[in-house]
Amino acid sequence: MGAAPASRDVTSYGMGLAAPLALFFLLFFVAPLLQLFWLSLHNDTAGLHWGLGQYLHFLTDPFSLGVLGSTLLLGAEVTAVCLVLGFPIAWLYQRVGPKLQTVIILIVLLPLLTSVVVRTFAWIVILGRQGIINATLQSLGVIDTPLKLLYTQFGVVIALAQVQMPLMTLPLITALGRIDPNLDDASCSLGAGSWRTFFRIVLPLSLPGVIAGCTLTYAAAITAFITQSLVGGGQMLFMPMYLYQQASTLQNWPFAAAISIIFLLAVLAVVSVFTTLGRLSRGYGGA
Amino acid sequence: MAEAQGGRSLVVDAVTHRYPSGALAVENINLDIKGGEIIALLGPSGCGKTTLLRIIAGFIAQTQGRIIIGDDIVDALPPNKRAVGIVFQNYALFPHLSISENVAYGLAARGVDKAARQREAQRLLELVQLPTMAERLPRQLSGGQQQRVALARALAIKPSILLLDEPFAALDKNLRLDMQIEVKRLQRVSGITTLIVTHDQEEALSMADRVAVLSHGKLEQFGSPSDVYDRPQTLFVNTFVGSTNRMPGIVVSADRTAAKVRLDAGAEIIARPAAGTLTEGGRVTVCIRPEHLQFVGDETGFAGVVGMSLPLGATVVHEVTTADGSGVKISEARIGETRALESGAAVRLAPLAPSLANAFPATL
Repeated sequence: MGAAPASRDVTSYGMGLAAPLALFFLLFFVAPLLQLFWLSLHNDTAGLHWGLGQYLHFLTDPFSLGVLGSTLLLGAEVTAVCLVLGFPIAWLYQRVGPKLQTVIILIVLLPLLTSVVVRTFAWIVILGRQGIINATLQSLGVIDTPLKLLYTQFGVVIALAQVQMPLMTLPLITALGRIDPNLDDASCSLGAGSWRTFFRIVLPLSLPGVIAGCTLTYAAAITAFITQSLVGGGQMLFMPMYLYQQASTLQNWPFAAAISIIFLLAVLAVVSVFTTLGRLSRGYGGA
Repeated sequence: MAEAQGGRSLVVDAVTHRYPSGALAVENINLDIKGGEIIALLGPSGCGKTTLLRIIAGFIAQTQGRIIIGDDIVDALPPNKRAVGIVFQNYALFPHLSISENVAYGLAARGVDKAARQREAQRLLELVQLPTMAERLPRQLSGGQQQRVALARALAIKPSILLLDEPFAALDKNLRLDMQIEVKRLQRVSGITTLIVTHDQEEALSMADRVAVLSHGKLEQFGSPSDVYDRPQTLFVNTFVGSTNRMPGIVVSADRTAAKVRLDAGAEIIARPAAGTLTEGGRVTVCIRPEHLQFVGDETGFAGVVGMSLPLGATVVHEVTTADGSGVKISEARIGETRALESGAAVRLAPLAPSLANAFPATL
């Protein structure tokens, strides 16, 4: 809480120190991005005719727009699940003793310690027709025929939410930890119940963490090629796979480049909406 | 007018609290506080005063005993149903809400409509002399102003009891005095029964009608500031409140009101048995405050050698080494021209009156 420490203005440091990283970014990020953009401005795969044909194609093609829409929706769903499940964990973390805190942090970080591929295959085992969930439900007699969980939107959302959960929980833990615990007591002593305290005090003050967590989770969820493809299967197509098919299988590089640029802009738009929401909330500067 | 709320009484009845580890936080505390009184809970850090405050507020459920506000036993009530106003040490203003929203927060929780809420907030801000700050955020205010807001916020819910947790610790010295006067003024106007938790004895003695001194979770003494200062019931109270000289000695003879003590420093003096009759021949500690010692010319009192004299403005403090090698401080009012005492000068000292020397059984 409170004012930032009166440290040196960041702009007064020698900018030369950032030069190696700047050079690295210039060579391996900015240059390829420009090349990608240049590529997307060609109407044919050979790269002979300039034009906006690829963009027009994407933006007038219901199939392509459908893929974009379902990808952005997937991101929103995963983010919502992570927020709803992650907030209580972060909240709990701030209210238990140091020993339990270690346990919670370990559980939160555990997914990061195994490969995404391994975790995704684990979800296939859990969600499959003969998987853990179906086998359990059948043996309990709850269902007769196996539920279709794998290769569904539901399956992808659940698997992605588990994979991306640390990206939501860690910023939330940090944000909640910065809230003065006396504010809870103050709110309570003024006659507010737990819900009012949560919605009027805790939630607004944790908004910086919510915004950061949502941005990270969202960006990670919509670009999660492996989990989307393996749990979603062939029937569900999202932007990363669409992009991969156009570039690798069909060798349609200009269209793939245009898809990339459009996807990038769409993500940037969503992220800037998050950031603007954060700026509008007064808790941003106050916490 | 909300000012005429009057205060409700507060009874802390045999309250004991154990931490989950089994350690005692407070033990068998009894306080009977009348409506409208200002009470100071005074003690060093870790003495249990903040725990007691949190028990009264309802944040901690005590292991044993009862809290009674007015005619109601409130032990079963959560903090948000107790109508106890608290001002926290760091004020705990809501950083994302404006000053006016902070003050009106408790009213909103009670379902007061917006217009009435704003009127009341403005009235309270005028009461704490911050009428123009309503739209600002807490971080735009100085420490003293934030504290006024915290007070206004606590008063807004018309609490039956007002609790102040180390309210002046974060303020610098001049501002502290201003705010102490301000709080006392507001308390007099509103008549709310007020509890101030503090480790600052001057604050406790100057602000409170009665002072409860705590040490290691136990109530050492509960009495008026002059009782606590002049007639301490325990050695702890005598040494914690104000400064004092501790002089060991042996009881020569004793009855209920007076004891003759032979000091190790080499004189027989009459002292007040502070905690009941003393046993003859027992070791005691006699406490005499520096301002209750005087220089004597004749053969009465005990001898010593002046070490150092410190002119502290209105008083001069002399450090004297007695025959048994212990140091004693004596403070003289600076009336007219105080004679300068050379280092090494031989002097004799005696207490001003027997009632100003308190004898306590020596603890081993």
